[in-house]
Amino acid sequence: MDILYFAWVRERIGLPRERVDSTAATVAELVEELRGREERYAVAFSDLSALRVAVDQELTDFDAPLAGAREVAFFPPMTGG
Amino acid sequence: MRVVVQEEPFDLAAETAAFAQGEGSSGAIVTFTGVVRDLDDAPLEAMEIEHYPGMTEKALHDIAAQAVARFDLQDVLVIHRYGRLVPGAQIMMVATAARHRRSAFDAADFLMDYLKSRAPFWKREITAKGESWVAAKDEDEAALKRW
Repeated sequence: MDILYFAWVRERIGLPRERVDSTAATVAELVEELRGREERYAVAFSDLSALRVAVDQELTDFDAPLAGAREVAFFPPMTGG
Repeated sequence: MRVVVQEEPFDLAAETAAFAQGEGSSGAIVTFTGVVRDLDDAPLEAMEIEHYPGMTEKALHDIAAQAVARFDLQDVLVIHRYGRLVPGAQIMMVATAARHRRSAFDAADFLMDYLKSRAPFWKREITAKGESWVAAKDEDEAALKRW
């Protein structure tokens, strides 16, 4: 699946998107996999309360299942308007 | 219903006039425009707005459709810019058309509360002292509970 990062999450991880092969069943499991990769991921995902997640462009929560998901995005709380 | 996400400026007067055209059955049109404001402590050089292409359009359509259903709108327009904006530049606008003014005002207020916290935009402020991401405010999240 494609993983996208926005705003300071993108800056901390150092790239806007990447393709990841994962067997994670939920967003939380995917986060655990990413945290284990490298320090920059561990730092970016250190406080989930500061992050929001969208699966296939729909805002959801970290318990959300990933079955069939094509695109997962992580970002800080939005500041539109 | 019209939703536009664009980098270039929009013409507020022309958009408002076009929106008002043919709204004879509405009786009430409200517009709101957001403008890049100077900061209190340091002069703002620019504001950069990042967004999530694809999700942004979907989220704005969804929010606009909710406003139409909830406030019985005749029509709604949402324009939101991204990219680099200087102080005084127009960031976004909403326009609502309803049979009565209360619905038009409330719908514009509802749209703004949801655009702030549920549309995937992120603002970054650039000053002579440095750059920083604008943090979401607790009160913005709390504002959604009003609805």
